[in-house]
Amino acid sequence: MAIIDSRHAAKQLIYERIFRAGTLVAAILVLIILGGVAVSLMRGAWPAARHFGFSFITREIWNPVTDEYGALAPIYGTVVTSLIAMALAVPAGFGIALFLTELCPPLLKRPIGVAVELLAAVPSIIFGIWGLFVLAPVLQRHVQPWLIEHAHSIPGVNKLFMGPPFGIGILTAGFVLAIMVLPFIAATMRDVFDTVPPMLKESGYGLGATTWEVIWNVVVPHSRVGIVGGIMLGLGRALGETMAVTFVIGNAHRISSSLLAPGTTISSSIANEFTEAVGDLYTSSLIALGLLLFLITFTVIAAAQALLRRLEQRVPL
Amino acid sequence: MTMITRILVAAAAVGMSLSAAAVDISGAGATFPYPIYAKWADAYKKLTGVGLNYQSIGSGGGIKQIKAKTVTFGASDMPLKPEDLKEAGLVQFPMIIGGVVPVVNIKGVAPGQLLLDGATIAAIYLGDIAKWDDPAIKKLNPKLALPGTAIAPVYRSDGSGTNFLFTDYLSKESSKFKSTIGANSSVQWPAGIGAKGNEGVANMTTQTDGAIGYVEYAYAKQNKMAYAQLVNKASKAVEPSTESFQAAAANADWTHAEGYYLILTDQEGAKSWPITGASFILVYKEPSDAAAVGEALKFFAWAYKDGGAMAAELDYVPLPAPLIAQVKATWMSSISSGGHPVWSGK
Repeated sequence: MAIIDSRHAAKQLIYERIFRAGTLVAAILVLIILGGVAVSLMRGAWPAARHFGFSFITREIWNPVTDEYGALAPIYGTVVTSLIAMALAVPAGFGIALFLTELCPPLLKRPIGVAVELLAAVPSIIFGIWGLFVLAPVLQRHVQPWLIEHAHSIPGVNKLFMGPPFGIGILTAGFVLAIMVLPFIAATMRDVFDTVPPMLKESGYGLGATTWEVIWNVVVPHSRVGIVGGIMLGLGRALGETMAVTFVIGNAHRISSSLLAPGTTISSSIANEFTEAVGDLYTSSLIALGLLLFLITFTVIAAAQALLRRLEQRVPL
Repeated sequence: MTMITRILVAAAAVGMSLSAAAVDISGAGATFPYPIYAKWADAYKKLTGVGLNYQSIGSGGGIKQIKAKTVTFGASDMPLKPEDLKEAGLVQFPMIIGGVVPVVNIKGVAPGQLLLDGATIAAIYLGDIAKWDDPAIKKLNPKLALPGTAIAPVYRSDGSGTNFLFTDYLSKESSKFKSTIGANSSVQWPAGIGAKGNEGVANMTTQTDGAIGYVEYAYAKQNKMAYAQLVNKASKAVEPSTESFQAAAANADWTHAEGYYLILTDQEGAKSWPITGASFILVYKEPSDAAAVGEALKFFAWAYKDGGAMAAELDYVPLPAPLIAQVKATWMSSISSGGHPVWSGK
């Protein structure tokens, strides 16, 4: 039996300490960066916050000529486009993930899985250009006229689909976002479904459950934490997406009841206007928009964490 | 040669190339003139070895950078007011001219067939004129068969010099436009749809039946879009062309424009295109790095003299000769270091 070499042990101890310090520095770095971003955003947004006060987030006006700014239209656009995207992408991503893990013939499993991952690797600008040149004309010619025609006799719904079919607008931005977040949601959910122990599933089948019953009573309950995580990952991306949205949203600082009307989001407003913004109040208002997005994203993540904690507490699996 | 001397020689060569790179001219600002500045820089580098590092970060960014003294020159599509120049200790001069062209998509209307004037375009963008067969448009185009299609106004969503020129022109032509919208690189449009960049506006206009938009001349020309003729200040119908842009620049009263604060929209003269604009350069009156500004001015002087053909290739318009002479006189009289002009005069 080898005797422990004391020199070797001392060396190991030093390595251990260096490694520990290194990881600690890396972890603290994240806090410093996050704090730095928050502080500089707040400092940049201060002139606008002082000048407009609370009315900054309740007013729709955005007029660089008279130097009056309000963030309501970008906030509205950000939230609504993300909600449309989630409404479309969550069911689709859920379906893809379930199909891949539970129902897919082994031959198709890899090609579809790789395709989903490749979709996630497409740069957002490509989605923007595709949305503008391919999707928008199709929506303008075929989808939007149909929506306007069929919605107009349904009270309430007709308000959502009014006005001229431009092809671009809030709805188109929601579509493009849905496609962009789909791979994230699908891939996360698939990975989570894959972690369900086969024994649980086989026990279900052994008891005579159908595939449907196994999915809803075994797979989904077992992976609900991961499902929420996947949705939040997608939502986070949808809220902050800039370039693709800028191409297809129509960039109007207006709130309209119609989903076909042009709108704007926080990040697309910043991308559009920051380079040519002259004057302190204008620049500061754009930074204040950035701060608002930071707060919205932060709230979403915090809410997701709280939800996850509650889910974990309820039924430990 | 021994190994060591070889290494030393190599190190010296690297050192020299580093110091050569250090004299590169640095500038930042407007995106509109970027293609021509890049082209000039390329030719100038081949000729003299002096490079230009130009960051096209937008006019607002250019003004901020020159005020922060991180670049040798700033570039802006909007001239700074004389009092702002004085306060910052800057000198400003025009470098290149371009034009903005209204483009339309109306069934049966070919490029150049439609005639519009400023008041009508302003009313369209205000939402007051909503159909192409409106009496105001018909009056300007008695021979044209205009359909009753709804007008879809398309505007540039990103802040840009193009927006500034277009809204400045409409503000001069329509008091209602001036009071409700005003002139700026981004404004709050009451109607229509915003597209990003020239390519976005061009695409949106081509895609939408009944659309009207406005793009830089080069875009309208290269994409063979249905541009409109305009009625200028002298009540003459003009075509957008190099000649009509240059006419606007030549007819402008530069001699009485303090600090070259002059916006070329809506100029006098029978041939002047009404939405013409110059892009400006900003340098310090008394630069802390006189040598760098001297190099930059040498580059600009070369571009004035030999850059015209390259500008024309990209559908920009060079400044008229008397204006160039005036700018050079300004360099001599206003940009100095220790009492001596920074520009060598060559």
